[in-house]
Amino acid sequence: MTNTLLDIAGVWKAFEGNSVLRGLDLSVTRHEAVVLIGASGSGKSTLLRCINGLETVDAGSILLAGDLDVSAFKTDMDAVRRRIGIVFQSYNLFPHMTVLDNVTLSPRKVLKRSAADSKEQAMALLERFGLAGKASDYPDRLSGGQAQRVAIVRALAMEPELMLFDEITSALDPLLVGEVLDTVRDLKAGGLTLIMATHEMGFAREVADQVCFLDAGVVLEKGTPEAVFGSPQEAKTQEFLARILK
Amino acid sequence: MSGWPVPRRRTSRSNVTLVTSATTAPGAPEVYFDPVRQAYRRKRARRDALVGMASLLGFVLVVGFAISRTSGWPLVQETFFNGSEFIATFPGLLDAFLLNVRIFLIAEPLILIIGLLVALARDLRSPLLLPLRVVATLYVDIFRGVPTILVIFLLGFGVPALQLQGVPNNTVFWGTAALVLSYGAYVAEVFRAGIGSVHSSQRMAARSLGLTSLQTSRYVVLPQAVRNVIPPLLNDFISLQKDTALVSVLGPIELLRQAQIDASSTFNYTAYVGAALIFIALTIPMTRFADWVQARMRKRRSMAGTA
Repeated sequence: MTNTLLDIAGVWKAFEGNSVLRGLDLSVTRHEAVVLIGASGSGKSTLLRCINGLETVDAGSILLAGDLDVSAFKTDMDAVRRRIGIVFQSYNLFPHMTVLDNVTLSPRKVLKRSAADSKEQAMALLERFGLAGKASDYPDRLSGGQAQRVAIVRALAMEPELMLFDEITSALDPLLVGEVLDTVRDLKAGGLTLIMATHEMGFAREVADQVCFLDAGVVLEKGTPEAVFGSPQEAKTQEFLARILK
Repeated sequence: MSGWPVPRRRTSRSNVTLVTSATTAPGAPEVYFDPVRQAYRRKRARRDALVGMASLLGFVLVVGFAISRTSGWPLVQETFFNGSEFIATFPGLLDAFLLNVRIFLIAEPLILIIGLLVALARDLRSPLLLPLRVVATLYVDIFRGVPTILVIFLLGFGVPALQLQGVPNNTVFWGTAALVLSYGAYVAEVFRAGIGSVHSSQRMAARSLGLTSLQTSRYVVLPQAVRNVIPPLLNDFISLQKDTALVSVLGPIELLRQAQIDASSTFNYTAYVGAALIFIALTIPMTRFADWVQARMRKRRSMAGTA
């Protein structure tokens, strides 16, 4: 059995005639943490949305675990999303539900778990990330860091094979970034496969197994953090890093 | 984004605490209110209340005096504000009003159901269900465009004239049906606005968790949409309470019809004023309730954080 969890080949995606992804290739092995870096508009978010079917690709293929083709015409996207979790920059918690209900909604309705089982699982997850005391609060009582951690727990409750993080710390107060990154660090240590778009270069360097620099819709340069951050080969990578690390 | 529902926030005075800065002397009180300033504020609040009351009283006296001095007043009083006429007709009016209440209570839930279903049908995207969408759109276009009283005429006089078997020819039935159809179209648009007011990122987040489109609507979008439109819905309720009087054109003896009968038998319009008072007695509490709900939602929205 191959150890490749996700195989992306030649993916194109355009919005109103504007190509955001231009034949992008990317391969992710199990338990790997892939960090996507690159300027705004380089295609990081679009790529993540294509991976879990929130956007349909124009060309190319996205193969999950060698058996599920996300890009095929007739793929059941709900099945894809059951296996791939995503966390957004803006949390998108459901404001009319308590934290606990936010977390248990999908396990109950999609996985058809009993209320008791899903509650038990949710409480265990909330406990693990120091959020048990917030279970019966509504989202507007949470700090940004807490809300984002709840969003992560909500995605984890579906026990995804792959987690996508789309600039999850970009909307946070600088003081709250740490607690969210700790959560991701914890998940990485637990062996979860994850792809993360971020501007937190220090964190990327620490956690990533593979760093991919996206530019104009393709992976321009990839490699270990040491290689990409230490001795970037491409002029555009050097320029980007020089600007962001200044 | 608005939060919902939020546990009641404690705002009593004793709970207000001032964060003491590091420069404050140890043992300093948590809250300190300059007594002179406090006394001044109290005094000013008392004075504002007194001035307000006096101004209002003066206004009422002046207007009342002016009206009572006009040459036509005695006749107006005799025709519209006749005490004995009021006492004679009011119990009958109240009795007739029960029919309005019944029409309202039957129509309102049906309106909510039709409005919600039509709103959902108008947003259907499946090509197979295109007929439903077209019918829903036509329904809204037609019944929002035709005056309610015209719908009442058409249904109340038109349908019984067909003498179809099994179709009731009861005027209250058709009057209520006309109100339901007319208001259903309005309420459908209110619900649709509510659905549109839920940010698309909510739908995206729900779908990304594996929920189907239908589950997303049911558990994520609709609960938020309905809450967002409670104030405009209450407004439509108030309007419906009054419009139950339109059914009178078909003949059933409801409040307006009863007042009409009273007025035309004595040529005194006090019964109409009585009828107006009864409608007001019901709509004013509803209006205040709607105000209260709106104010509460505004407050909630303004204090909601970044969820």
